[in-house]
Amino acid sequence: MKYYILIVACCFINIVHSQNCDSRFYGEVHDFHDGSPIIAATIYIETLDKYTTTDIDGKFSIANLCDGELIVSVSHLGCETKRLEIQISGDSFYVINLEHHIEELNEVKVEGKTITKLTKTSQETLLKTDAIERFSAFSLGDALKQISGVSSINTGNLIVKPVINGLHSSRIIVMTNGVRLQDQEWGIEHAPNIDLNTVGSVNVIKGADALAYGGDAIGGVIILQPSNVSLKDSLYGKTIISGHTNGRGFSLNSSLTKTYKKGWYLGAQATMKRFGDFETPDYNLTNTGLNAKGFSIKSGYKTFERGFNFYYSYLNNEIAILKSSHIGNIEDLVNAINSQQPLVVEDFSYNIEAPRQDVTHQIIKADFYKRFKKFGRLQIQYDFQNNQRFEYDIRVGDDKDKPAIDLTLKTHTIRTNLKVDSKSDRIYKFGLNVGYQNNFANPETGIRRLIPDYDKYDAGAFAISDFRLSDKTNLNFGLRYDFSRIEAKKFYLTSRWEERNYDVDFSNIVIDDLGSQLLTNPVFDYHNISASAGIAYKINDNDSFMFNYGLSNRAPNPSELFSDGLHHSAARIELGDLRMKQETSNRISGTYKYNRNALSINLEAFYNLINDYIFIEPTGTELTIRGAFPVWSYNQTNASLLGLDVTANYKFNEHWSLNNKSSFIKGRDLTKKQALIDMPSFKTVNILGYSNKKWLQLNTELQSELVFRQNEFPDNNFNVYIPTIDSEVLLDISSPPPTYHLLHFQSDITLNLSKQTNLNIGLNITNIFNTSYREYLNRLRFFADDLGRNIMLQVKFNY
Amino acid sequence: MKTLKNNLKSTFLILLSTFILTGCSKDDNPAVIIQEEVITTLTATLVPVGGGTTITFKSLDLDGKDGPNPPVITVSGDLLADTTYNGSMEILNETESPAEDVTEEIKTLDEEHQFFFQATNSLATFTYVDFDSDSNPLGLEFTLTTSATPSSGAIIITLRHEPNKSASGVSDGDIANAGGETDVQATFPVTIK
Repeated sequence: MKYYILIVACCFINIVHSQNCDSRFYGEVHDFHDGSPIIAATIYIETLDKYTTTDIDGKFSIANLCDGELIVSVSHLGCETKRLEIQISGDSFYVINLEHHIEELNEVKVEGKTITKLTKTSQETLLKTDAIERFSAFSLGDALKQISGVSSINTGNLIVKPVINGLHSSRIIVMTNGVRLQDQEWGIEHAPNIDLNTVGSVNVIKGADALAYGGDAIGGVIILQPSNVSLKDSLYGKTIISGHTNGRGFSLNSSLTKTYKKGWYLGAQATMKRFGDFETPDYNLTNTGLNAKGFSIKSGYKTFERGFNFYYSYLNNEIAILKSSHIGNIEDLVNAINSQQPLVVEDFSYNIEAPRQDVTHQIIKADFYKRFKKFGRLQIQYDFQNNQRFEYDIRVGDDKDKPAIDLTLKTHTIRTNLKVDSKSDRIYKFGLNVGYQNNFANPETGIRRLIPDYDKYDAGAFAISDFRLSDKTNLNFGLRYDFSRIEAKKFYLTSRWEERNYDVDFSNIVIDDLGSQLLTNPVFDYHNISASAGIAYKINDNDSFMFNYGLSNRAPNPSELFSDGLHHSAARIELGDLRMKQETSNRISGTYKYNRNALSINLEAFYNLINDYIFIEPTGTELTIRGAFPVWSYNQTNASLLGLDVTANYKFNEHWSLNNKSSFIKGRDLTKKQALIDMPSFKTVNILGYSNKKWLQLNTELQSELVFRQNEFPDNNFNVYIPTIDSEVLLDISSPPPTYHLLHFQSDITLNLSKQTNLNIGLNITNIFNTSYREYLNRLRFFADDLGRNIMLQVKFNY
Repeated sequence: MKTLKNNLKSTFLILLSTFILTGCSKDDNPAVIIQEEVITTLTATLVPVGGGTTITFKSLDLDGKDGPNPPVITVSGDLLADTTYNGSMEILNETESPAEDVTEEIKTLDEEHQFFFQATNSLATFTYVDFDSDSNPLGLEFTLTTSATPSSGAIIITLRHEPNKSASGVSDGDIANAGGETDVQATFPVTIK
């Protein structure tokens, strides 16, 4: 019986054995993909200092060996030389399949972390484990802000949604462990349900070029991958504990993984976070705590040729929302904006009271893959996600403890991917996916549903080809088609139905008339075609550039279609529109990379023309028996986004370095000829770093973050009649807050406790000077300042 | 490896069938949500002390707080200067038939409710006549005394649910620190002659 040993990073071995001491070690070295013999691969037995190379047929032989364990290293041009332990007993014939494609080996590795980019021609950034672990106590959105061109749109400091080149929510696909996250991502106050502690690396691809993940990622794709599983008999894990002064919080995460040389593995991970009220330099942010709990388990069998994985994750976030942001009617909003002080400031507390969110997300995933010699790799995956979202508003009377929103979103997806990579210069990827999604809005809330019950069906197919024309030129083409159908059952107030003129355009979808309410059955089909083309060209070792075009379409989400009433937690009336069309994005981008000795520069420019761009903006007030409420409506326009992201790094010497990340974006509403709402302002971050391996691997960083005032914004201000003072008052809902500058400090040292264990101690200070500021893209900026200083001590124990 | 493959195959089949089954179920219509504690109508009846024309203020919003239609405000006539009116309040939910009298519920849960009265241009002053079981003001019964000089402006009547009645000024009718949730806020244009 054959058994498999897998080598490090580059190589793959197949062994047959027999018995004796006058042994001969012989065999052949083949290319895994096309089976051709590999010439001049080096076989080196370290323990005996003997080596040989393969001949023109890929054959090799070393005679006069004793039985026992040998340490052999196998290398070939383009592969890293790595060590391999093998058992020799008697004449042993080995077929060694060398693997040229380093990225293929991400799935199976003995040691080391060869995390690579997923695309060759796209604007892609990779965050490795170290960069993620710093944010163990924070959210995905916080961690991604390290990338030039990625910002966030927040509701307070705990609900952080990533913004890629000015676009967010439904325009960004989040893939976690191969699963497309479906967690009601449409709302600004719906943060991605991700525990960063389950993540080993993050790839961020700007724009819709990564068609394998979906065709509607007009903003970009965020790919979260778990840490690689090593193929050796091993038990390892890590624990990260952190304490924070601001919010008096702590975070604890621990993971343990057991692996076997034959390919089996089993791992588990758990996280707990607890924060109380956060504080600004001047006051407590009453009711801003967090209680998060999560765990995940994974198991499976992985070899280079075949394997399967099983994954389950559970995450519960209970998030308090600033009490002062709960407003009654528009008079409270005017008072809040004009007073510039939160209306409620109480003593510090860990209590999480209304308004609050309680969101639980569960993922079950199973996948199977098989690699065929001289052909490629086939993968089949099924995943199920259950998202349970409760939003509690301040309610009175018998409803006090009832949620205002109670939604259960269930999503099933089956996807298959086929990668044909027998020719390394021509790689084809094909994929199919089908999905079913059901949303259930629990009527027990006693509040009319903002998002209705619906069923959604999706099917998609794509083909992508990667061509390597030469060592210098890579080409990429992709084409994708997606179909989606949404079937909703939605109640409308008759008065709203008529006010929106739906009685004229949609009279055929009314299925029941209850007098003051109508039950309707909207069914919408969307056909989306997306395409991408990219070229990467390396001028020389120092300079390279990439050029890309992406076409993508996005169907309107349920919130954009169906919202039709008072959103209690936001105290605003939100109005969607059944007439919403798909958005179409045409994005071109160019990247230039410069790399000479100590200096490296990465320039990423893009122009994104989006037809029928959907956005929400304040449009006035509606008077009700409870007073006037602000109205926010979803509208469509033609928009253009133009931007430049800069990353530059200069190394003075082996210790000192200077890094700059800047991003500039300009968003225009082409129809109204004015600025787009909610565009990130110009931001530049400078980092002075010092590291010294001799001083307990010390790393320190002083970071300066300068965020300019957004001077380009649409003026949606309007006058509001305030009855108690009998006059009209300007509601300044548009003006962005002023420029701010923050300084942060970061440092860590690593103590090696033994060969296998080490202890990393980090001290981070954010907002060192306790500066008061407000951020344009924080929805709570109307009500309170942003966070003051935080000192965090983090201890990371690897074992 | 064979058994493993078979196991996988059957697992996928089971998953697939779950998927298809859940996909085809449910043709029922969702339950309609009739909002509880809806208030559509506030009527304040003002009877002048010593006789004269009774004046009514009415705010009627049949599509409630989610509906686009604004409340219909009616004021039956002008108020007389330097006159005291005895006021009484009626709160209805007219989305039900017959209309539900919410006034009774407010009476029963009097500690949880309070009306607030405001007037622009010092048109009028107000006093509470009825009190809850903790002797804090309620406001279903009140008096309104108009100013001595003719003028015009607005009278604002607000009903708060679960106000903090012990907060500073609240028992004197100052809404500023009352908190709670606004059930009704209506602005009536008035002329005093």
